[in-house]
Amino acid sequence: MGSKNKHLISSIAGVIIFYVLVKAAIVTGLLNPYWQRVLDQSMIYVIGALGLSLIFGFTGQFSIGHAAFYGLGAYSAGLTGKMLGTGGIPSFLLALLVGTLFTALVAYLIGKPVLRLQSDYLGIATLGFGVIVKVALDNGNRLIPELGGATGMTGVPQVATFEWVLLFTLLAIIISRNFLHSTYGRVCTSIREDEIATKAVGINPAKYKMLVFVFGCALAGLAGAIYAHRYPFLHPSSFDFLQSFNFLIIVVAGGMGSLTGTVVTAVGWVFLQEGLRFMLGEAFMDWRGVIYALLLIILVLVRRQGLFGNKEIGFLTPQAVLTKGGKQNVTSQS
Amino acid sequence: MEFFLEQVINGIQLGLVYALIALGYTMVYGIVKLINFAHGDVFMVGAFVGYFGFTYWGLPWPLAIIVAMVFCAILGMVIERIAYRPLRYAPRMIALISAIGVSFFLEYFCSLKFMFGPNYRVVQRPLPEISWQIGGVTITNIQLLILVTVICMLILLLWIVHRTKIGAAMRTVSFDHDAARLMGVNVDRTISFTFALGSAMAAMGGVLYAIAYPQIQPFMGIMPGLKAFTAAVLGGIGLIPGAVLGALIMGQVETMTVAFISSQLRDAIAFAILIIVLLFKPTGILGRTETEKV
Repeated sequence: MGSKNKHLISSIAGVIIFYVLVKAAIVTGLLNPYWQRVLDQSMIYVIGALGLSLIFGFTGQFSIGHAAFYGLGAYSAGLTGKMLGTGGIPSFLLALLVGTLFTALVAYLIGKPVLRLQSDYLGIATLGFGVIVKVALDNGNRLIPELGGATGMTGVPQVATFEWVLLFTLLAIIISRNFLHSTYGRVCTSIREDEIATKAVGINPAKYKMLVFVFGCALAGLAGAIYAHRYPFLHPSSFDFLQSFNFLIIVVAGGMGSLTGTVVTAVGWVFLQEGLRFMLGEAFMDWRGVIYALLLIILVLVRRQGLFGNKEIGFLTPQAVLTKGGKQNVTSQS
Repeated sequence: MEFFLEQVINGIQLGLVYALIALGYTMVYGIVKLINFAHGDVFMVGAFVGYFGFTYWGLPWPLAIIVAMVFCAILGMVIERIAYRPLRYAPRMIALISAIGVSFFLEYFCSLKFMFGPNYRVVQRPLPEISWQIGGVTITNIQLLILVTVICMLILLLWIVHRTKIGAAMRTVSFDHDAARLMGVNVDRTISFTFALGSAMAAMGGVLYAIAYPQIQPFMGIMPGLKAFTAAVLGGIGLIPGAVLGALIMGQVETMTVAFISSQLRDAIAFAILIIVLLFKPTGILGRTETEKV
């Protein structure tokens, strides 16, 4: 088990080096406030994308309403933070908890009926749910004026610093990884590969699909909750179904069934979108959407298994387990 | 009562346009099991080409519709050739991402300044609107035009699918690609033809939409596309009568919501109905339940 310790130590070292480098870049002014926001946004996207990776990449549940849960987390946590109004750490943490739990509850309620549907039908139902949530957010101010409705919501205390975002990103990565490497995670992968065969060995797929759906959506809710405390302006259009495509693209482009792929692609995707803004300059700004659409098409055409296939690196690599014959076998997600 | 009947007619008008788009979705899905997300954008391109046809190129509007249909048929075939055919044996989700890519490409490319530009354009209708009073209910010539055109197109489509050789090939390929190939059907050409046919109908839908609701812009295809796809799912995807039935229901639901509840809620109620129907009939209204095979 030497390699396990080695992975762990190098991961901790990597995180510390990353933190020191970012801090140094902030102090020296290399990383201006704009790029700090992009960096934080990319980490928030990692949390949300991990949720969809679990649901879709590992369990094969085709959900395209992920941004709706991200939005529910953002709005419920934002409302809590705004109501408490103190801007202190305890109220921030309470707001995150409310956002995550509320999203999990909604995911449970919608998952209960909807998860019975198969593949594309599940996809279109979750997409429909995404549209419904967007309409609800647009008109939320009729019930609760603080939500702001179509004009957007302001006034959430901005207490999520880089340290908080990083901390929660790491937590999300560790929890996802441990979940996937547990018995539960392996059941999820087997549901993705063959649901009927999974049923045949005496496992109830419905239970696991529900579990992973609620868990994945709760991660999206957490991401939204952090987002609400990092960016002073929440708008329903940030959470419509076009945003859901972002999460979907990240999971597929990173490689279905690769946490490493999800994390790297989420960061890369956010930086690509912002980076193009600078590389193209004012005159070619309009080309941004065209270029990223083309990159997307080219990516799937030349590398259909995604950037990482189903490979994992470092800390995220599945642990070696001893099989009955005493031979070492790696439980990989292939 | 008259108001209600007028809403029914408005709903049929919208539903028929949705039906033209939904047929393309359902045929493509039936034959390659792909949600062609770019279909709504082909509809948009059709609307623009038709608009250019009767506004700038001085074509009579029936000819403008045909030009838009031909243009989009070629566009649909090109999209299939470049973005979907290389992924035919890839996992379905990969082809779906490619479809989303094509959809974004069409939207953003068309909103470039040298193309159509990002702003709304007001469409000068190619024919003046005439209203008739029949028993207190108002019907316009545009509604009649849509009704007649769509019904003709439907008859043509049913004739192609059920009475021609290429239609038989389409039905065979949708049943089983490999068996079709063994029987000597050119699978690639059949799929290409399906895309052409679906895109041409979407283009017709686009031009009619632009005439009926005279405002167009490059992102106009997203919502009608989504609703038409929803309609296809609602009726039972892969089925031609299902697409028409689903589209007519969607059109009615949307119009009634706007007229009697709130225009804010039009999208929410349409999708809520979809979810509810799927819960009771997971393969759509006309769909058969497939048994799981081990």
